[in-house]
Amino acid sequence: MIEVEKVITKNWGRPGSNTLDGYRSTGGYRALEKALAQAPAQVTEEVKRSNLRGRGGAGFPTGMKWGFVPKDNPKPVYLAVNADESEPGTFKDRYILENDPHLLLEGIAITCYALNCHQAYIYSRGEFKGPSATLDRAIAEAYAAGIFGKQLMGKPFALDVYQVRGAGAYICGEETALLESLEGKKGWPRLKPPFPAVVGLFGAPTVVNNVETLANVPAILDRGAAWYAGLGTEKSGGTRLICLSGSVNRPGVYECSMKTTLKELIFEPTLGGGMPPGRQVKAVIPGGSSAPVLSADELDVAMEFEALKAKNTMAGSGGVIVMDDATCLVRSLWRVARFYAEESCGQCTPCREGTPWQTRILRKIEEGRGEAGDLELLLHVASTIAPFPPIGLGNTICALGDAAALPVHSFVSKFKLEFQSHIAQRKCPFGDAPWGHFGGFA
Amino acid sequence: MAVLLFSAEQQQKFDSGLVEILSHYPADRKSAAMLPALRLLQSLKGWLPPAGLEQVAERLGTTREKAYEVATFYVMFFTRQPGKYVLDVCTNLSCSLRGAEKVLAALEQKLGLKAGSANDRFTLRETECLASCGTGPCLQVNEDHHESLTPAKLDALVATFT
Repeated sequence: MIEVEKVITKNWGRPGSNTLDGYRSTGGYRALEKALAQAPAQVTEEVKRSNLRGRGGAGFPTGMKWGFVPKDNPKPVYLAVNADESEPGTFKDRYILENDPHLLLEGIAITCYALNCHQAYIYSRGEFKGPSATLDRAIAEAYAAGIFGKQLMGKPFALDVYQVRGAGAYICGEETALLESLEGKKGWPRLKPPFPAVVGLFGAPTVVNNVETLANVPAILDRGAAWYAGLGTEKSGGTRLICLSGSVNRPGVYECSMKTTLKELIFEPTLGGGMPPGRQVKAVIPGGSSAPVLSADELDVAMEFEALKAKNTMAGSGGVIVMDDATCLVRSLWRVARFYAEESCGQCTPCREGTPWQTRILRKIEEGRGEAGDLELLLHVASTIAPFPPIGLGNTICALGDAAALPVHSFVSKFKLEFQSHIAQRKCPFGDAPWGHFGGFA
Repeated sequence: MAVLLFSAEQQQKFDSGLVEILSHYPADRKSAAMLPALRLLQSLKGWLPPAGLEQVAERLGTTREKAYEVATFYVMFFTRQPGKYVLDVCTNLSCSLRGAEKVLAALEQKLGLKAGSANDRFTLRETECLASCGTGPCLQVNEDHHESLTPAKLDALVATFT
């Protein structure tokens, strides 16, 4: 396994890591000082050279995104920080907010300076009561210390940073739905183009970046783009937070090299620590529940954007969910499908109508009422929302449609026998008792 | 006679809270403050009563319909008064693998109501992923997070309900 220097998690577990004093004691806000000594365009250039890619799911190059903001626009520029962490299997941003909120705030300050942006909104998910309170305390500390406010750390550059809490809607993690919600509306995604960098919040150029993405920015300015790029692969700089959950001995958030494989993640004693006693891996979701599932023989793959793309799946938000050989995959997929049906915003017909159909068919199969033709119907419905492969053929305004269809396509094609045996036996071969053969309720 | 929406103290909190919220938005974009404003209202009243929605809409220079549209889109907003304790149990994949279905069944039995229903004391809901997948099973009670649940922890939690 490749050891890597910690960029994001270096302060976690240190006493006072979520306070300004604690953050400053380990060199915090030094990177902002370095950034303020440069021209804004140089800062953007540094981030471009670092090969930082977005950690929210799409993996888009961050510096390039910043570069899309029109140079000579008369409108204000906004930064919208996506802390609406809701992709099932993903819980890294929660840990950043709880353990090191100033790392995010320093990233925000540097980014706003680079973009000539004077108003940043942090959109955090409504269910983050604790993390939001920690973040608000950190924001207040930064104001009191003169880091934010009328001046940016002593430099004449006004910056207001304001946290807006969501109210329970997965769709608001989609960047244009997030902007709609920030504008005080229901979270219905917008058609793109125009992209937010050109027409975003209040019709003005807006950069939308994920929490983890921005938390990487201070290290890039402090240690240099070359160092940061060198931590990663050719096309993707830095480290990655991986969220490990499901059937595994040591679930949690791990900062990994981009070259760490899924197999290493699950079995290394310092990472996942292997499977619960007597259990084998059956299936792994590698990048949040939207990402097509992998089977046990596909785990020798690095957890980074390009390598997972080559396997027809995605690194997504870094949420790895492990399912073991005692786990029914029909029920697993039903759980996933239900989520998308619940969270579909209702704007596009294929998703609004298709996601409940997927859920109903899966439930029917799981409950032993499946019939010949059900699998074909299920795949047909999924294809109507978004054909697969490759990823990205969805018939809907936003990627929630793709996210709902991809698991169905991949689970059914890779584990067809299990689905067929449910229908043939007219019952779930794993039984209908409540789940939970390990964990606190085992 | 109409019942007043707020006590004098609540009205003062609402007014000053709204001033603070609006200071973060462009002067011509007051309606953008809808989510924080509704959260403020709900923190004072426990839910979003019609008269409150009307007052929010008026203060933000928008219509009652717009306020309702937002209030009914987001699951954390209540346009009907919920139980004293709102329990949101995550039953998504990661939590289910670690026993969330047992948590839900235990709560249904202990509280005496089915998931998806409510009475004066309790609103029991299955909720979607709470971004706590490594510490499942988990649930929230009136937005307070409880994780790494065990039967003993659940019993202790239920014992705190008055």
